Amino acid sequence: MSKFTKKKSSELPAINTSSLPDIVFMLLFFFMVATVMRQNTLKIQNTLPYADQVEKLDKKDLVMYIYAGKPSQRYQQTMGTEARVQLNDNFAEVSEIQQFIYAERESKREELIPFLTTALKVDHETNMGLVSDIKLELRKAEALKINYTTRQGDAAQNMQ
Amino acid sequence: MARRSSPEVNAGSLADIAFLLLIFFLVTTTIETDSGISRKLPPMQEENVEPPIIKEKNIFQVIVNRNNDLLVEDELMELSALKDAAIAFLDNGGGVGPEACNYCQGAGDPSSSDNPAKAVIMLVNDRQTEYGTYIAVQNELVGAYNELRDRTAQRLYGKSFSQMEENYDNVNFTGNKEELKEQIEEIRDMWPQKLSEADPKSN
Repeated sequence: MSKFTKKKSSELPAINTSSLPDIVFMLLFFFMVATVMRQNTLKIQNTLPYADQVEKLDKKDLVMYIYAGKPSQRYQQTMGTEARVQLNDNFAEVSEIQQFIYAERESKREELIPFLTTALKVDHETNMGLVSDIKLELRKAEALKINYTTRQGDAAQNMQ
Repeated sequence: MARRSSPEVNAGSLADIAFLLLIFFLVTTTIETDSGISRKLPPMQEENVEPPIIKEKNIFQVIVNRNNDLLVEDELMELSALKDAAIAFLDNGGGVGPEACNYCQGAGDPSSSDNPAKAVIMLVNDRQTEYGTYIAVQNELVGAYNELRDRTAQRLYGKSFSQMEENYDNVNFTGNKEELKEQIEEIRDMWPQKLSEADPKSN
């Protein structure tokens, strides 16, 4: 009789986890390829406005970034709450933008210079006065191709 | 020589290492939102150049005040109505003789714009205007141009303008790129984006 009664083990069999590293590596590679390292540490609040008539900015090496907005919470003690410009990793004056553009151009190959675009990443609460000043400086530096970086969405959300 | 079977390497902690790396990349990277409204700034002008004379009827004036209110052609307007108003203005085609516009489908009102090549949209901001509002207005105006270009492209070539641009940028596109480029240029010339921005008023 004992030939037919199967011996029931009271313990659960261990799950084979040898393929777990493969799965995790797959995820890892996906994130490594799909994401870009943040270039600058933001010291300002930067909630971009919404727009839906957008064009994509590919070729990341041909883009110069200018940030503007109110200083973030931890810098408000020293910098105040008035909207400021950020270039690279530091707060800057509007008058420093020309210098910044020239320095960026210097670091690029000569044949690429005509294709350089300036991306303006401006917080949606900033006043247009500052943005106009930035644009005037860009015109002086002859960096005429600009892109107002936005989030994708209905533009009416900006008005609320 | 005695052959010894090499002991199997314990791979149990490989998952831990991979997880560590994965979490590092998850935290340090952001999928960047790099898309936006592209514009071209006008070059700096010399002091003594006289601005070209543009007829009053060819100008579509959009004023945004410090309270983010829209004043279009001296009338208060909601943002949602701006696109249609801009299309009506650009598409008017009120010109006669050499200034007539044979692809416009608008009302042909003689007191509005002559043809799209002459029609200029003028945007005036206050220094206190919020950037978000400004982008919303820009978005609607660019949207008006895009809609008109799409319409013309659909009529002439049977596909939308955005589709044509997409095809042109697509490396795997099999059609004739030279021809496509000419068609895109043609439609751009038919509906040139003439968006003028005045210096913002300080009060």
